[in-house]
Amino acid sequence: MTDNVKPSSLASVAAGNANRAPGKNALGTGLEARKVHAWFGKNHVLSDISLDFAAGTVTALIGPSGCGKSTFIRTLNRMHEFIPTAAMAGEVLLDGKDIYAPGIDVTKIRLKIGMVFQKPNPFPSMTIGENVLSGLRLAQLKRSDKDQLMEECLVRAGLWNEVKDRLDAHGGSLSGGQQQRLCIARSLAVNPQVLLMDEPCSALDPGSTLRIEETIRELSETMTIIIVTHNMQQAARISDYTAFFLADGHPGVMVETGPTSEIFSNPKDKRTENYVTGRFG
Amino acid sequence: MLEEKASSTPKPREITTRPRVSDKIFRAVIFTGALSSLVILAAIAIFLGARGFEILAREGLSFITGYEWYSSINADGTSGDDPSVYGIGAMLIGTIVIAFIAIAIGVPISIAAALYLNFYAPNIIRGFLVGVIDLMAAFPSILFGLWGFNILMPSGEYWAKLLHKYLGWIPLFDVSTPFFSRSPFIAGLVLSIMIIPIVTSIAREVFSQTPLDRIQAAYALGATKWTMIRAVVLPFGYSGVVGGAMLGLGRAMGETVAVFTVLNIVFQANFQILLGAGGNVASMIILKFGEASAEEIKALMAAGLMLFLLTLIVNMLADLLVSRTVKQGR
Repeated sequence: MTDNVKPSSLASVAAGNANRAPGKNALGTGLEARKVHAWFGKNHVLSDISLDFAAGTVTALIGPSGCGKSTFIRTLNRMHEFIPTAAMAGEVLLDGKDIYAPGIDVTKIRLKIGMVFQKPNPFPSMTIGENVLSGLRLAQLKRSDKDQLMEECLVRAGLWNEVKDRLDAHGGSLSGGQQQRLCIARSLAVNPQVLLMDEPCSALDPGSTLRIEETIRELSETMTIIIVTHNMQQAARISDYTAFFLADGHPGVMVETGPTSEIFSNPKDKRTENYVTGRFG
Repeated sequence: MLEEKASSTPKPREITTRPRVSDKIFRAVIFTGALSSLVILAAIAIFLGARGFEILAREGLSFITGYEWYSSINADGTSGDDPSVYGIGAMLIGTIVIAFIAIAIGVPISIAAALYLNFYAPNIIRGFLVGVIDLMAAFPSILFGLWGFNILMPSGEYWAKLLHKYLGWIPLFDVSTPFFSRSPFIAGLVLSIMIIPIVTSIAREVFSQTPLDRIQAAYALGATKWTMIRAVVLPFGYSGVVGGAMLGLGRAMGETVAVFTVLNIVFQANFQILLGAGGNVASMIILKFGEASAEEIKALMAAGLMLFLLTLIVNMLADLLVSRTVKQGR
């Protein structure tokens, strides 16, 4: 650290990823949010967010609680509309096509844009193997090579070695970290282009967190990943780009976005600097 | 010294708490409440048993296997020539048959209604329908009986004839004589409508408890509403719905007035559900009670005890079924 960057460890961690090329095998051409607003009833919670997510990149959304990160990520695969009174404006483009356009089959959108939630939520009535393949059943997809697919997804989620001898056990018998990786494997089985992760490690211990971060790095070779996290170390470790959100008594806005190494070493906005250096939030 | 200490593992301490007086009083009050239902249940069983014991002892096993019910002692005390025979086998069979017809028709409709109300109905329709269903639950059963007799029976007869025409090769839907009115099928139909409100409202309650995170997980995997319901809601609600169905079954087995109004009560075991002959224990009791002699009343008490035991057994079997089959679906 000889140049004039802030001597923070986060910056040096982030610098380690600076030159990673986007995954070449990623499907599609990425996701774009255009002037997205969101409301709950009359409460305007998110204002004018425009963000590009290039194919094969990992983007971290950071910011204090209540700034609208989770709401934003849920507008990206149309999970936002499940909340009564929720409304949105703007466009979300997947491969250049608006996912909110009339006549779009929303279930197909969610197949292409998968989601991993904050709390691990495997289906307790299904076995581990059935959980992995549950997406096929839910989306009524036909696959002939189910066993192969199951193994492939569990390998990619970093869980295969731990569960290969007990695929018939129930999903609830796994530890929290294993359950979360099972949920990742489950998302992978329907082969999404984009994977949204809403604080996937916030309920997990450091060891499990590390395993999932490795998984995310590997997955970014083949898909676009957008992750909400409160853990700035994590954002610095795994993301190519970072967007900083803030809701200062007003609707949440995106204060700044850029390559992760820049956001952590040389933020342009004072508020971003205060946040990433731990002065608030 | 130190080694000695380390090697002697202590005994676990006994941990006691002394409840406060107010706690003790509250405990006594709620315990009385809990106990009272048990006491009342036991008192009913003992009463029925004591009154019916004489007949039960005389008839033995044939009380529940026999199909004949003949009282030689008339209400005015005069006695006939043949000895009295009391057997409720046909009525027990009829009770079970009619109750299961009611369940077979009522439970699928209730599940469909509950799913519609929870997952498909717009808010306004939901509020209205829930009100209607609750009202239906509070409806007096004689009104169901009258409506069943006057309105449902003619159309029920038509459906019965259709069933017989196309599915008559199944013994259940065959009839030995073409007499379709006042059949167990019609009685089951009326009962099914009577149990729909309670089963629907229990199923609705259970389905609405489905954890949101599982529902969202399913949608995030590209589920349609129906595939989500099948994969998440139904496994979660299974045990609750079975419990609700059992409550409905209990009501269907004990129902008196509606069955009495609709059914043609005949003392024979009838598995041809479309044939106009059958009976159940409760409606038989009401049929015979009015002009029964002292002896026959004892026999009716014994019949009541059997109904009580049948209900108990069915409920216990249901509990067993639920606890056996509930996987980690919850």
